[in-house]
Amino acid sequence: MLELLRQALIIIGVLAVPFLIASGLTWGERRLLALFQDRYGPNRVGPGGVLQVAADMFKILMKEDWTPPFADRPVFVLAPAIIIIATLSSFAVLTFAPGIAVADLNIGLLFFLAMSSMAVYSVVLAGWASNNKYALLGSLRAVGQMLSYEVFMGLSLMGVVIQAGSFSLGTITRAQQHLWFCVPQVVGFVVFTIAGLAETRRIPFDLPEAESELVAGYHTEYSGLKFAMFFLGEYVGITLIAALVTALFLGGWWGPVLPPLVWFLLKTLVVIAFFILVRAALPRLRFDQLMEFGWKLMLPLSLLNLLVTGAVVLWQEGLRF
Amino acid sequence: MTNQTISIAIFFVLGVGFWMIALAVSYLARPSKPTKFKETSYECGIEPSGSAWYQVHVRYYIYALLFVLFDVEVAFLYPWAVIFRRIDGGQMLLFSELAIFVLILVFGLVYAWRKGALEWE
Repeated sequence: MLELLRQALIIIGVLAVPFLIASGLTWGERRLLALFQDRYGPNRVGPGGVLQVAADMFKILMKEDWTPPFADRPVFVLAPAIIIIATLSSFAVLTFAPGIAVADLNIGLLFFLAMSSMAVYSVVLAGWASNNKYALLGSLRAVGQMLSYEVFMGLSLMGVVIQAGSFSLGTITRAQQHLWFCVPQVVGFVVFTIAGLAETRRIPFDLPEAESELVAGYHTEYSGLKFAMFFLGEYVGITLIAALVTALFLGGWWGPVLPPLVWFLLKTLVVIAFFILVRAALPRLRFDQLMEFGWKLMLPLSLLNLLVTGAVVLWQEGLRF
Repeated sequence: MTNQTISIAIFFVLGVGFWMIALAVSYLARPSKPTKFKETSYECGIEPSGSAWYQVHVRYYIYALLFVLFDVEVAFLYPWAVIFRRIDGGQMLLFSELAIFVLILVFGLVYAWRKGALEWE
């Protein structure tokens, strides 16, 4: 009974905390960006502007949620639901601290990769169903970008899988007790972080929603709560990638003095802050640059990383035939 | 294993439930005042011409093809990566198999590169 209650609490917690972080980020990102750019940002509502989140949420609930009569209606409504559910369900396979996980599947990483492929559907369907030229162009770019970056996202994780000998995120984190994987797998670490940025369509990879040319890209025709779902889905995605970088490369819950769960949260927040810093520091790429960067540099690099990791493990195990 | 599946199923249902509740609340709270010009597609204020359901550039198709090729090959590498360290003996053979496999992959990449499939014109 106690066990059941504990599991129920974990499920609710794992569902609620990413949501809280994601909605907090809608304020946090603007404040941090303002800090980097020497302005104030939203600081009027509540202490330091924290209640801006509540104000925004209330506002967006009251806004007219308009479904275009020329759109493909069922698909139009379905698309924002897919993105939020696909990104959120990846949290189910993460292990946040020893014993704290919804389900530490032995195929955890595969589950995450499958779900991140599902997120592509959401963007494509949204752009197609809108029947708007900007939206269609944005979603086409999103397919090209997300498909290309998904190839080496999977490859960059292979080094970690070889070293830990498992797809379970709990096992992978447990294997980092003495040495975080960001040291032996530094190439994988960098490639995965870049691919993660591209998968969440963040600057410098935010071509699918480039404001200066495509209005708002694939969610041009979305308004009200459905728009909020895309917005929130993006932030949940950022939180997910940050949590994965933490679990796979930054030692997960390992750390001195503080309890394991606090360490995990702390590292995740630091990675998120880094993503926001990247947004403040880098300009947007051009689409041909983006594709060349992916296929001609990142893909060969992650293949090389796989070979080198294999060779090193072979050497460590002492060349058994 | 079944416990894990049930946990994920509950997690999934709760996620969908959240989405339904949010939609319902918004449905009750929001106004709905459609006007003639609101009902047109957004094209920066100019009157929209034609549908957006139109042919798209063939470039995207080539990238999609490349994706299918490479992602399937990556899927073959996953089981290899899991057992490589854990297997007892035979690592040398396994590694040379990996090397051959990656070599074929690289050959494919070079071919696509030389053919100009990676060029965005």
